Amino acid sequence: MSSESHSEAAHIHHPDYVKIWAVLVVLLIVSVLGPLTGIRWLMLFTAFGIAVVKAYLVAKNFMHVNLEKRWVTYLLVTSLVFLAILFSGVAPDVMKHQGLRWENYAAKKAVESGSQASAKHE
Amino acid sequence: MSGRSIANLRSVTGIPTARLVTWWIIASEIFIFGGLLASYIMHRLAHPEWAIAAANTNTKAGALNTFVLLTSSLFAVLAHKAADAGDGPKAAKFLRLTSLGGAMFLIVKGFEWTHEIKEGFVLSSGGFWSFYYTVAGLHGLHVLAGLVIMLIIASDATKNRDLPRVQCVGLYWHFVDIIWIFLFPLLYIAK
Repeated sequence: MSSESHSEAAHIHHPDYVKIWAVLVVLLIVSVLGPLTGIRWLMLFTAFGIAVVKAYLVAKNFMHVNLEKRWVTYLLVTSLVFLAILFSGVAPDVMKHQGLRWENYAAKKAVESGSQASAKHE
Repeated sequence: MSGRSIANLRSVTGIPTARLVTWWIIASEIFIFGGLLASYIMHRLAHPEWAIAAANTNTKAGALNTFVLLTSSLFAVLAHKAADAGDGPKAAKFLRLTSLGGAMFLIVKGFEWTHEIKEGFVLSSGGFWSFYYTVAGLHGLHVLAGLVIMLIIASDATKNRDLPRVQCVGLYWHFVDIIWIFLFPLLYIAK
């Protein structure tokens, strides 16, 4: 191991990782119990809100993103911005099944046949 | 000093090259998995009938695998801590435990998929199942790759060789964990 990288590594402050892991496990339990309440907004919050919190905890405490040079933050944020551009550019075509002069017959048919299957299932 | 660790000696941006490369890989993986997840979310919102298919996924297996990956991430960061302290053999031990977590994840996934395929839910069973097998399969391949790389790095770490690589493989593993953190609610919770 080089002395340069060793001295750099030695400056990293290591928090109590077991405590962070315990918080992550508690959050996992909450996200599993969320749907049992039957409340839709609460289920969405416990599922996706908690996923964001868990990802933040892992990125900050396990990956030490906050301790890295700013280039890393720029790199990751740029990736996420391009991802958001992809989503917002494509989403209208995928999520809408018809517009002023067009109609997505295949998607409409898929929803219709799926709904019929659901009615039979119930 | 070993000639093999040259990537850990170079540092143009102030970040050792090996670690910078790992971040670049993670950035490119954000596009791969992010693109897939974005497509899944768009289709899921546009196709309410996918909820019927999603009701067949096994939440208990998904939760167990989330627990396994979170725990393996803990071992990965403990390996990093041991490597920082210059304790290669301890870092190697934690890396092997992380690999064990990866293997357990794949075993659970294997049982889960076998059950689903026996039930008749295959890749061509509909839009939801296509996404399910593609995203979870690609993630599984990343787990497998990480598992193998970790075992290789562990064998070097035992001899106190190239210890900065322990942090690099840990970064990759935590990213694979983060991807699963988002896959879990998307595929197993939102029904």
